[in-house]
Amino acid sequence: MDDYVVTVQNLVKHYKDVKAVDGISFSVNRGEIFGIVGPNGAGKTTTIECIAGMRRADSGSVDVLGLDPVKDSLALKRRIGLQQQESEIPDRLRLWEAMELFSSFYDTVLQWEALLKQLNLWEKKDSFYSELSGGQKKRLFVAMALIGDPEIVFLDEFTSGLDPQSRISIWKLVKELRDQGRTIVLSTHYMDEAEKLCDRVAIVDHGKLTALDSPSNLISIHGGHTRIQFNVGDVFDGESLSSLKGVEFIQNSDNVCSLEVSSSSAIVEIVKQLDAMGQGLDSFKIEAPTLEDVFLNITGREVRD
Amino acid sequence: MKIPFIAVSKSEFILYLREPSAFFFTLIFPLLLMLLFASMIGNDPFPEEEFGYVDFSVAAYMGMVMVTSFVMALATSMAAYREKGILKRFRAAPVTPFSILAGQLVAIFAVTVAGVILLLIAGFVFYDLKFFGNFFEFVFVFLLSSASIAALGFIPASLAPTARSGEVIANIMYFPMLFLSGAALPQSMLPDLLKNISLAFPLTHAIRLMQGVWLGGHFWDYPVHVMVLAGFILAGLFVSVKYFKWE
Repeated sequence: MDDYVVTVQNLVKHYKDVKAVDGISFSVNRGEIFGIVGPNGAGKTTTIECIAGMRRADSGSVDVLGLDPVKDSLALKRRIGLQQQESEIPDRLRLWEAMELFSSFYDTVLQWEALLKQLNLWEKKDSFYSELSGGQKKRLFVAMALIGDPEIVFLDEFTSGLDPQSRISIWKLVKELRDQGRTIVLSTHYMDEAEKLCDRVAIVDHGKLTALDSPSNLISIHGGHTRIQFNVGDVFDGESLSSLKGVEFIQNSDNVCSLEVSSSSAIVEIVKQLDAMGQGLDSFKIEAPTLEDVFLNITGREVRD
Repeated sequence: MKIPFIAVSKSEFILYLREPSAFFFTLIFPLLLMLLFASMIGNDPFPEEEFGYVDFSVAAYMGMVMVTSFVMALATSMAAYREKGILKRFRAAPVTPFSILAGQLVAIFAVTVAGVILLLIAGFVFYDLKFFGNFFEFVFVFLLSSASIAALGFIPASLAPTARSGEVIANIMYFPMLFLSGAALPQSMLPDLLKNISLAFPLTHAIRLMQGVWLGGHFWDYPVHVMVLAGFILAGLFVSVKYFKWE
């Protein structure tokens, strides 16, 4: 039997005339990393806020751990952790004071000392909040989301604006959290992040859910063709390649030959053929489709338009 | 059993003390003013009275501490909390709005008490300050006055749409009250017209009531002051229940 920790049905939320979320439905399994991806303004934050009891939906139903996020708000907040965009703590609060303060709101807590160490903030524990860099603030809010030993952790755009190193260390932390049995619901507009990290990805655009599956399934269904590229001499005739099985497209210009293939066996055939032609494999590149391509193919746009 | 508002009030108290201007104007400035006037006038009994200048005016300086902490702090900090997303961070945690508000109030009251203690110590040590009233009666009128001034502070905290406008409204309320109600200047220095205008401020009533009880009167001797202060508490409650917003 499925063990859902979050079930959202037909969620709708307007802000004045703008329909931020337009009838989204999905469920999150216990213990998975669930990603909500899409461009800015797609409705990711609103969806998370409705699930985490920060906003009341206009219509539809949300069930989190058997609780109603609006009616049972306080009970729910004891069992989840939420890292939000654009939230703050007072400037002149020291980090350790903030961790102590927020620890006092929960019955069971994680050791904040360990959390700060894990998020590379231990050296900053005596600093004022206002003395932190943007990336450090972001990591602090991840730590604060974890203080209450949550069953579900919500991370909203948790790596935007972070340097690559911090991003990788937070990815590692997210995987550890899952391995401890927690469920993680995250939103991101970085497709590579969703692809590497998430067990399942919901693609959201204009407030609607357009696809939901594991990254590998999404890519094999919606990703399109694998691209191959290599350098060629002035007198290269690509005709013999285009007749190979699985080759969908071939273009030869500026001494670069580009192909699209629909099967991996085609790659083997292409390499064999090139070898037989005496053609070297200068700068031979294989580009597998990514979630980026999935988004492009589903919505007809780039993510960061 | 953990009580969240105690943790909130603890951190709010620390934050208040770390704000240099708040620290100065609440805790230091009233003390300096009292010592300045006392150094000029002394505390010898007035003709045909048992009490001197410091005995008479210490309650007025308490009123000054009270209005500075409650009106300025409450009006500016709540609006700033709302605007900057600090309330949003609190709301993500299992803590009720009531706890956050109660925590703020307790912290500000603690700051007020700290300011009052400084005044009393200075008065007792340097000017042989004398208390003529009943201790519990004075505590009662002090609490009544604090609640009334806090209620006044809640009006801009509830109505101001931005931190900036909260500050402006608080200033507009603060300075006339400070100078006309007898807090920063003895009311005997004011013309009658300004004295009459000052009756519109709860602080004037708070100061007169506290002064009266300090000098040996009873609160039932001042029914108008008591009723005006109670009225401001009700008005503040009404406005904040109706208009106070978390976001």
